[in-house]
Amino acid sequence: MDEFLLVFRRDFKNREMQPSPEQLQEHFEKWHAWYDKMAREDRIVLRRRWDGEGLVVDAQKTVLNGPYAEIKETIGGAVIIRATGYEEAAELAKAVPILEFGGTVEIRKAL
Amino acid sequence: MEEKELLPHLFRTEYRKLVAVLCYLFGIEHVEIAEDIASDTFLAAAETWGMKGVPENPVAWLYTVAKNRTKNHLKRNSLFEQKVASEIRYSAEKESEIEIDMSPRNITDSQLAMIFAVCNPLIPADSQVALALNLLCGFGVQEIADAFLLNKEVVYKRIQRAKEKLKEGKIAITQPTVTEISERLEMVLTTIYLLYSEGYYSISQNTTLRKELCAEAMRLNYLLMENELTDRPEVSALLSLMCFHSSRFEARTNQRGEMVLYEDQDESLWDRELIQRGAYYLSRASTGEKLSRYHLEAGIAYWHTHKQDSKEKWTHILDIYNHLLAIEYSPVAALNRIYALAKVSGKQTAIAEAQHLSLTSNHFYHSLLGNLYTGINEAQAVAHYEEAIRLAHSESDKAILFRNIARLQDNVG
Repeated sequence: MDEFLLVFRRDFKNREMQPSPEQLQEHFEKWHAWYDKMAREDRIVLRRRWDGEGLVVDAQKTVLNGPYAEIKETIGGAVIIRATGYEEAAELAKAVPILEFGGTVEIRKAL
Repeated sequence: MEEKELLPHLFRTEYRKLVAVLCYLFGIEHVEIAEDIASDTFLAAAETWGMKGVPENPVAWLYTVAKNRTKNHLKRNSLFEQKVASEIRYSAEKESEIEIDMSPRNITDSQLAMIFAVCNPLIPADSQVALALNLLCGFGVQEIADAFLLNKEVVYKRIQRAKEKLKEGKIAITQPTVTEISERLEMVLTTIYLLYSEGYYSISQNTTLRKELCAEAMRLNYLLMENELTDRPEVSALLSLMCFHSSRFEARTNQRGEMVLYEDQDESLWDRELIQRGAYYLSRASTGEKLSRYHLEAGIAYWHTHKQDSKEKWTHILDIYNHLLAIEYSPVAALNRIYALAKVSGKQTAIAEAQHLSLTSNHFYHSLLGNLYTGINEAQAVAHYEEAIRLAHSESDKAILFRNIARLQDNVG
């Protein structure tokens, strides 16, 4: 088993798919279920809440507020999980609910 | 509250507040950004709470996240910042000092400012209710489409067009002045009543959704009453009217979802508490000199909460309809007045007066005459009901008319 960092990002432009209260509830339950599944399969190496602000230092050594590289993006959480390889990590990432509202999951393997 | 219901509940109560406060801060130009931040805040909640459970003070959590999202957005989007910085109401010395004020006072102010911006005569009537639902009540396009039995695309276009109108008109989202309130309160009340009527009279079978529309209209109305500037007698009168109507919500459809006419309603299904509240708001409205159409309509609705027919009841109702028609003529009110007249002075008198109305292409006119001729001339009654069926649009209207004809034929046969 290797360890993988999964970083969740959301596309900021989601008003066109503004969730209904019911969708939001479903979304919440899916997150809950996803983390539960990871826990049941003993895949979680590190799960934490991350500060929503953070900093970015760019090439000019300017320190910017906010952790995102792109203006339109907003960062969600990040988690470190165990998987047999990139392939399995990607399969697990496909079930991450962030994808429902135009988000992405970035996967990095720990060496 | 159960955890299961918490997030949808918070979305219903807090989303619109976030949108209002942010729009109040950014101006109508950037309404989409306000909506994005509000939606994103809730998606972040679903994710974070899904991982670690619901925080101790979920509302404060939402506000903090929305504030941070907004600050980050202001800082990172220099284009946005340049355009908005000068417009922003908070004269922050440095950008990092921009405060997003989520105090109850500012939330109320923002919501009031939004109501007056959204209920604007620039917006075409068919878009007005959709925009109000979207911006003031936080309903999504799909929900609005479901409520009005419309295509999602149609609703989306209506909302977009309405927003464009507000932007083109450079409508400011500010606290209305006393003069503005006097000029525009009527438009605001019209929109609220329209929203209410969409819920109350909608042909949608989705009762939950229809009730929600009614509740939203009443909530907006209540917001106006909470502010001393907009707490005018006609505002209380409209709430009173809506309470009286709502008291019959359960009684006016049967289990098959069909309309039950007033006369056939089971009185025990009327909501007594709402009737009492209606009476309270009506007495609250009885100050000042202005007698608005809402006062009169609430008065009529009040008398309808007495199921028993009496000379007194119908004399009062007739009297109020006379007033109402003098203020503002409408075919519906004219026909209802004839009905009241029949109760007071008899069907013959009413038929004679009805014939002076030039409403022969109105299905309510024929359905009224069908009713008036019943017991006088059954053949005429059937003929009018048939004409009404020909002119009626909705299936539920037609179903009632067919039932009336069937009743008549039973009596004859």
